[in-house]
Amino acid sequence: MGPSDSSSSILSADRWKRKGAGRGADSLFAFLAGGCGVLVLLALAYMVISTTRTALPAFRAEGLSFVTGSNWDPSNGSYQILPFIYGTVVTSVIALILAVPMSVGVALFLTEYAPKWLRAPIEYAVDLLAAVPSVVYGLWGLWVVLPYVLRPVSDFLARYLGFVPIFAGPSTGLSYFAAGIILSIMITPIITSLSREIFRSVPSADRHAAYALGATRWEMIKEAVLPRSRGGVVGATMLGLGRALGETIVVAMLIGNNPVINLSIFKPGGSIAGAIANGWGEATGIQISALVGAGVVLFVITIIVNMVARAIVYRFNRA
Amino acid sequence: MIVRSKRRGLVAVLAVALLLVAVLGMVAVGCGGNNVAAGSTTTAAASTSTTGTSTSVGATTTSAVGLKAELNGAGATFPQPVYVEWIGAFQQIQPDVKINYQGVGSGAGIQQFTQQTVDFGASDAFMKPDEITAAEAARAGAKVIHIPTVFGAIVLAYNLPGVEGLKLDSDAVANIFLGKITKWDDPAIKALNPDAKLPSTAIQTVHRSDSSGTTNAFTSYLAAVNADWKAGPGAGKEIKWTGGVGGKGNDGVAAVVKQTEGAIGYVELAYATQNKMTMADVKNKSGKFITPSLESTSAAAEGIQIPEDMNLLPLVSDSANPQAYPIVTSTYVLAYDKMPDAGKAAALKAFLTWALGDDGTAIATQLGYAPLPSALKDAALQKVALIGS
Repeated sequence: MGPSDSSSSILSADRWKRKGAGRGADSLFAFLAGGCGVLVLLALAYMVISTTRTALPAFRAEGLSFVTGSNWDPSNGSYQILPFIYGTVVTSVIALILAVPMSVGVALFLTEYAPKWLRAPIEYAVDLLAAVPSVVYGLWGLWVVLPYVLRPVSDFLARYLGFVPIFAGPSTGLSYFAAGIILSIMITPIITSLSREIFRSVPSADRHAAYALGATRWEMIKEAVLPRSRGGVVGATMLGLGRALGETIVVAMLIGNNPVINLSIFKPGGSIAGAIANGWGEATGIQISALVGAGVVLFVITIIVNMVARAIVYRFNRA
Repeated sequence: MIVRSKRRGLVAVLAVALLLVAVLGMVAVGCGGNNVAAGSTTTAAASTSTTGTSTSVGATTTSAVGLKAELNGAGATFPQPVYVEWIGAFQQIQPDVKINYQGVGSGAGIQQFTQQTVDFGASDAFMKPDEITAAEAARAGAKVIHIPTVFGAIVLAYNLPGVEGLKLDSDAVANIFLGKITKWDDPAIKALNPDAKLPSTAIQTVHRSDSSGTTNAFTSYLAAVNADWKAGPGAGKEIKWTGGVGGKGNDGVAAVVKQTEGAIGYVELAYATQNKMTMADVKNKSGKFITPSLESTSAAAEGIQIPEDMNLLPLVSDSANPQAYPIVTSTYVLAYDKMPDAGKAAALKAFLTWALGDDGTAIATQLGYAPLPSALKDAALQKVALIGS
């Protein structure tokens, strides 16, 4: 449906002949759309209030040490989630470090370099990656990527870079690193397709201007495309980060689920969403509130990340 | 596509209306889920608000002769495969009895049972005294019955090429998982396996990361036989491990054990057998090394003094029977002796009686579950007979 035929139908005279014909539908639509907006807000508010209320017993029992302590020991009634917060952040950061350059690269290739016949298949493949269920990523990671790719790589890194604390060995297989790598593959499609649209939206006048000044293709990208897209790419990254922070099953399958803080990325740790998935089925009493409380903390982290992202996008857009 | 403009408005309105319905549905689901979670934290008080959600669906009060009822049960995942098979086979005998079983985990099973949202619960662990009090407070005048159904064994699966039939005793197992024994050629392991060629490979321990009855059985055994374990990590469905990595579920543990040379982890016997994992023999109370099998698992419950309340774990774990494998656990169906609906009571009674009988036992054995020894089976059937209305 191109802009020409839509304008012709709206502007055509007989569309507006009967006065007030659309008015009933108009107000109904306004009401429905407004209702949707309000409902989303209500659902969110309800979720925040009810989860916080369920989590209160745990917050009360542990106080501030719920988020600052690292002793998670359900059989002795101690619920402190710092190791899970740490693991969630570390795996997400690993995922972003790998996924952002990769996604921006793929997006630039698609918009600036790829011949037309190659574009569609690659775009299709990237979108397809987003459609794979996360449990499939988890199984693939556990049975294929872990033994044949991740383990050799982490053994190698631990051997030659082991003097750096974050690469200290021996590697245990299941680790922050394993979870982060699979997460990076999972968040690549979303960052790629958003970045692609952003790069595409750079006006061609800007590109042509850069070329006219004698820029090479790389210089054109550096001077015309990237500066205009910075805010958008940050936004895309934050959406990817949101997915990584909340991803449950893949992390639970690959992080090694030990509620401790290990500096080395080749050691096992825990994650918030993973802890909820692991403990929920058998939890009773205060452990339930502790797990819901962990969910509330994750929610708060996500909100903070979103706010920071918005602030960054806002600054880039003004500059 | 070109839609006539008048149509387009209608389509948009319809789309928004559909969206609205979807959002409403999601909110409603959210409310339902929350009620359960909120109720569970306030234990007994919740029973007033959460009753009547799923119990009286299709059941009609008929006499006990023609069985016709719909039963809902929820709980442990460990016996779920055998319960599902039992339900399927029983339905062919009693086509009008519909039984739904949800494997939601023992903890959630006890909750739903206490909140009266299911007709029977299922749990690997015996209910704690305060849980029993809460459940009996929720239904005045009724008592909670624990009915043991099958036994399972927890085996130590390891990956050490060239070493078959590894022998371990309780102290060696505890010290390996405490991180005190770190190499396979440790003198403590060598002393138990004088003939084996033990490499100096580092030991990588693997445990269950998800809260589970398997972990509870394994750690309860270790806490019972090893003082350091009791004072340290202790027993529970989810404990604070001193090291090692956690795999999610039996398959998560199995994956790491299979991929890592020098790894050792605990998994259920049925799972280890199906996946052809190498298992260690464990020394039992009488000093014999026992290979894990269905027979040596059932043997754990042979010749024991059957307790009135059926709390079997303290007896079958590290059993006194010289033929018994030491790390064994039971699993229970939870029921009330008074059910509000006579039809349901009769159906549940018939189902459990059948499941504990020869047909049920055959199915359980086929699936790798150890059946109850005959003395215990008789005692369990007496418990089933208490179910009434």
